[in-house]
Amino acid sequence: MPNSSPRGLPDASQDSDASPPGTRPSLPELLRRGDPAERHRPWPRATVDASLWLTASEVLAAGGSSLLALWGEPSGVQLSFHDAATGEAGVMSLSCPEGRFPSVGGRHPPALRLERAIHDLFGLTAEESPDSRPWLDHGAWEIRFPLGKASPSSGPTAYPFLPAQGEELHQVPVGPVHAGIIEPGHFRFTAAGETVVRLEERLGYVHRGVEGLLRGAEVEHAAQLAARISGDTTAAYSSAFAQAVEAAADVEAPPLAHWLRALCVEIERVANHLGDIGAICNDAAFARMHAFCAIFREKMLRAADGCFGHRLMMDQIVPGGIRTVPSGEALRRLRGISEEIAGSLPEILHVYETTPSLQDRVVGTGVLPRALASQYACGGVVGRASGRLFDARCHLAYPPYASLRFSVPVREEGDVDARISIRLREIEQSLGLIQQISDGLPEGPASRPLRQERVVPGEGVALVEGFRGDIFAWVRLDERARVERCHFRDPSWFQWPLLEAAIHGNIIADFPLCNKSFNCSYSGHDL
Amino acid sequence: MTSDPSRASSSPRPRRPTLFGLIGSDLTEPPPPVEEAIVRDLCLRVEEGARYRLGRSLALRLVDAGSCNGCELELHALQNPFYDLERFGLRFVASPRHADVLLVSGTVTRNMREALERTYHAIPDPKWVVAVGDCAVTGGLFSESYACVGPARAVVPVDLTIPGCPPRPQALLAGLLALLESMGKARRA
Ligand code: SF4
Repeated sequence: MPNSSPRGLPDASQDSDASPPGTRPSLPELLRRGDPAERHRPWPRATVDASLWLTASEVLAAGGSSLLALWGEPSGVQLSFHDAATGEAGVMSLSCPEGRFPSVGGRHPPALRLERAIHDLFGLTAEESPDSRPWLDHGAWEIRFPLGKASPSSGPTAYPFLPAQGEELHQVPVGPVHAGIIEPGHFRFTAAGETVVRLEERLGYVHRGVEGLLRGAEVEHAAQLAARISGDTTAAYSSAFAQAVEAAADVEAPPLAHWLRALCVEIERVANHLGDIGAICNDAAFARMHAFCAIFREKMLRAADGCFGHRLMMDQIVPGGIRTVPSGEALRRLRGISEEIAGSLPEILHVYETTPSLQDRVVGTGVLPRALASQYACGGVVGRASGRLFDARCHLAYPPYASLRFSVPVREEGDVDARISIRLREIEQSLGLIQQISDGLPEGPASRPLRQERVVPGEGVALVEGFRGDIFAWVRLDERARVERCHFRDPSWFQWPLLEAAIHGNIIADFPLCNKSFNCSYSGHDL
Repeated sequence: MTSDPSRASSSPRPRRPTLFGLIGSDLTEPPPPVEEAIVRDLCLRVEEGARYRLGRSLALRLVDAGSCNGCELELHALQNPFYDLERFGLRFVASPRHADVLLVSGTVTRNMREALERTYHAIPDPKWVVAVGDCAVTGGLFSESYACVGPARAVVPVDLTIPGCPPRPQALLAGLLALLESMGKARRA
């Protein structure tokens, strides 16, 4: 039976242990055996054959390296990885003239949903995938395979949820419309009494076809689309897109732009973490913390508005640089708010830690095991609360982070409590970064215009640490510097499946708490 | 100054032997007869005023029909202590069956069309629909996509639009208050 949940994992990893350990090449080595692409920056890309592709999926399954992204092109599939041992990253391409490719998900389950999405969008089939059900395509579009060889849709079909057998089991379907101001998605709970024995997610409701709209778009328009992939993380998305475009065009944004981009992304991180901490506590019926955090969040957004003229800083970060340089007065206000929040963190922590009714709900709830977090290369707070120490700001050290002081907190427990305390620590670190950035802004221009004509086509890739985790962006520019193809992978792709694992064995009533502590993006995932 | 002897006697101060005491209590004349019509009119005006000032209330239900979640963030902000939406009698409710107003955010995706329609039909009459944000108002940047139907009005009848990307909380508040005011006016008309 198809199984996209992480619980299908043990069999898959046994398969991949067939070849003796130690003899397996690393992913960067495999990449060097392929046919290298020119003008792919800053990491290498190479076209590989099906056997190298298969080996790559075995290496991924064996652990030690991270699957960063897996996506479709009209003529093939591409896979991006990060090798923990060497710190190298790269992109592998496999062309699929027959419209099929060896499934990575069959060996490495984190790829399963990505392959289902590839099939829905491009019509390319992952051979021997254990789960070939549609994912983004609900049968409501007028066409199938909109980004590949499009054909008329045959209409909606019933979605086969995974079965659950056993006495006294009952199902609770929730969504896509939820009770509250939340994005849409469907959750199918199977419960024994109060206890969840299986949660299955069904997503794709807010699929807007962003990658389709990006094809052939002028860079400026594409940047607006990128800024609206997931509104809560608009600065980080814009930053990822800008970096990828600059890599593809082989230009470097001026230092001031890098610093101000980091300022935006850190403001965004503080604002969202504050909102999340409040909302998680609210889901444990502790409204006081919610109100408290909401006040600080609002103050932060107002400071951002003062600096950049937009509360969420949307459309500020653009390829080539940044639009607005904040005034000295606005920066002083931002510093003031940052100090105020930093000064209140001990009190927030104290209230959080000494409220028994709250602690009772969060400690030991929704545990995500460390093994799953590392297998899924789960980024952000969720990964770091389960012992996976990865942060694109350190591990890829893109500017200006190499010149800034900060630490990356990590916890082992993997429960709701750990995810809250990681957020608190990250707020503290980001506030420190905001201070350092506003004190140390370099001189010079804030942007450098991109060439619009007679450019050499190129490809660029970027990985940017948003508040939710690492955002992957890949772009190919054509000879007129328009976007020929662009792909984004939201951190949520590798977090949503783990929510299914974390809720297992918890009571249904704790689902909002667990869900909020993950705070995955629907729009970023559905794209 | 009152001439009511009971008031005067209940006062803790000593009774003053003044002009008022000499005149006595027979000075207040019975009131003139009041026309029933005037009283009815006055009652109506008081009641309307009270309803307008105190009794107005709307239950809101949001459907994200394809938003980037930016609009949701600002709708959330309306509930923070700065804006405190509930002081105006505006409240988000969990069920469409309890709602008066459907807020729609985002360009309606094909995958959300049915859910939006069903939510709309689940709201009892009379009901109002507010399109929140550029995506819901005009379709934003996404209308042309194979995956989108278009703006909210392509699927449900829209009574009010609040543009912005996302609309600022003040703009959202102004829009929702305008909806309340217009209802008050409609009732009095
Ligand atoms: S109007 Fe703007 S903020 Fe609102 S959903 Fe659309 S893109 Fe997002």
